[in-house]
Amino acid sequence: MKNLIQNLTETSGPSGYESVIREIIRAEIEPLGNEARVDALGNLIVHRGEMGKNGKRIMLAAHMDEIGLIATHIDGNGFVRFGSIGFVRPHTLVSARLQFANGTQGVVGLEPDIHATKLGTPSEYFIDVGATSPKDCPVKIGDVATFQRPFLDLGKRLVAKSMDDRIGCAVLIETLRSLKTTPHELYFVFTTQEEVGPRGALTSAFGIDPDIGLAVDVTLTGDTPKSSPMAISLGKGPAVKVKDSGMLADARIVDWMCTTAEKRHIPYQREVLESGSTDAMSIQVARSGVLAGCLSIPCRYVHTPSEMVDYEDVQNSVKLMVALLSAPVKW
Amino acid sequence: MPTIGTPQIKLLERLCNATSVSGDEGEVRAIVLEEIKGHADEVRVDVLGNVLAIKKGTEKKRLRVMLSAHMDEIGFMLVADDGEGLFRFESIGGIDVRQLPGKAVLVGAEHVPGIIGARPIHLTSAEERKQKIPLDALRIDIGPGTSKVKPGDRATFATRFQRNGPSLMAKALDNRLGVVTLIELIKHAPAEIDLLAAFTVQEEIGTRGAKVAAYSLNPDIGIAVDATPANDLPDWDGDENTTYNTKIGLGPAIYVADNSTLSDPRLVRWLAGTGDAMKIPYQFRQPGSGGTDAGAIHKAQAGIPSISVSVPHRYSHTAISVARLEDWKNSLALLHAALTRLPPELLASDRA
Repeated sequence: MKNLIQNLTETSGPSGYESVIREIIRAEIEPLGNEARVDALGNLIVHRGEMGKNGKRIMLAAHMDEIGLIATHIDGNGFVRFGSIGFVRPHTLVSARLQFANGTQGVVGLEPDIHATKLGTPSEYFIDVGATSPKDCPVKIGDVATFQRPFLDLGKRLVAKSMDDRIGCAVLIETLRSLKTTPHELYFVFTTQEEVGPRGALTSAFGIDPDIGLAVDVTLTGDTPKSSPMAISLGKGPAVKVKDSGMLADARIVDWMCTTAEKRHIPYQREVLESGSTDAMSIQVARSGVLAGCLSIPCRYVHTPSEMVDYEDVQNSVKLMVALLSAPVKW
Repeated sequence: MPTIGTPQIKLLERLCNATSVSGDEGEVRAIVLEEIKGHADEVRVDVLGNVLAIKKGTEKKRLRVMLSAHMDEIGFMLVADDGEGLFRFESIGGIDVRQLPGKAVLVGAEHVPGIIGARPIHLTSAEERKQKIPLDALRIDIGPGTSKVKPGDRATFATRFQRNGPSLMAKALDNRLGVVTLIELIKHAPAEIDLLAAFTVQEEIGTRGAKVAAYSLNPDIGIAVDATPANDLPDWDGDENTTYNTKIGLGPAIYVADNSTLSDPRLVRWLAGTGDAMKIPYQFRQPGSGGTDAGAIHKAQAGIPSISVSVPHRYSHTAISVARLEDWKNSLALLHAALTRLPPELLASDRA
């Protein structure tokens, strides 16, 4: 599974511009014999299983998009001014290396150059692509870029940019690969524009009209020096989300997930996230409401170019998801 | 072929001078209904007050295109009667409170004149002049002697429309420019599309009209037709102005991304391609803040590919804004030309 994770995380796909990563995901799942379609906002929807006795219509969601930057102006000397797509932490801009959709690469600078102690406001940063004027600059207003960083396999831990939420995409792809039978009508949705909304999840949930919606996304941890207190650690298993700042998971869903994990001896953690949310927030309030929850993959350094997950947590996330979808929903 | 000539400028004048603050768009709605009468196959007003007009095309394969122009403007609402013709008020829509002291307003259905008073300089201290005056210290003064005005009434700037050579100066260019543009598109509706026109309400307070209009029209494509700020005056300290949003005189602004919508790239290419092919000037609005009806439209139903096209104007959301007639003409020309060459297979390929 590590090759898949590397392939997904090293691909560029900021919110609104997910077509490349979508085709990579489509190429992974089509050989598994699944019917896939793309909806109006670019969500990739994969249908598996027919509704049996005791079956439900279940929507799984992992977002394909990552945070990025968008060019707002090319100045007289060819430097690119930019805005952000989604929440980009200012400290990750300093000396960042970027990749634009058209292949142009660049580095982020800060005015005045090398400010030792101050982070600066976004308008004081610029991207240097090696141009000297607007005429020879290969970037124009509206072009989008993502952080550029190679995948790192540290054995037990994996590091990459866009683990949020390519790791969730990897989990859903592996679930599709491993899932043998299901009593449910399943829709695996690789969503768009989560980082700016969520927007793709809202409209795809409207189209699918599921009984149950489960997002698969990263969550923060409380296991680094002086981190905010949080009961989630790397290596202690996938997290069952109880609450985040956008959603209260349905208690029955939480119960179903915990009970299934216990029965199958899959380690898990119960998660309360004080700040941040997922596609599940939008799915919950689609149409006349959906029973919603989220399977979270613990992740350090979220929204930086070096997000870190535990490989066993990822494998256990797949095990838990397969267990959940293989049997009738019970609570 | 739609054009902007004297009748259209006169219509714009009438609309800019009318009062239609968010939530009470009746004056503009009445003018819109009068203008489009006989030009659409179907016209109805929904429960929020949106005017929905449908003009079917005649080509065999047609996309259903929703064009949205909001009828409401920013303004004020009277909150409490302090006696002697003085009223506390709040703002409706985004208005910088520093723009208010010393402005003339028109209040209520009868357009009663009022003043948001400012203290004369003789009676202010240097310290005081450094601070902005908070909204709750301001009053609309209509003077004693009228019972026609009461809390709940809306008010707007008293600015009257003026044509000044190549420039149009008025209040509410945002979005009466869009309203006239959409009226002209209905009157010259291209045969190649089904035109679903939505003159929406309550855009300035959260794109509320567009949300329900998009749900009920459920189009293939959504286009918001609006006006957008041009903060393009030079930086007075000599630095390059890098945050102009759009520039006046450079043509209609095509949106790639704003705070509420990531435009469908297929629609960006379609509009820019039209400008290039038909030699109509256009610019790309700087990605970043702000929003239009497209923010609500693209999230409706199971998702609707959407984009916005706006006329640039200076001094947006103040008592008086300025737009160039050429930019307005080119906005109408770009939209009309684009609609006539909208390929029905545009959405056959996936969003990319």
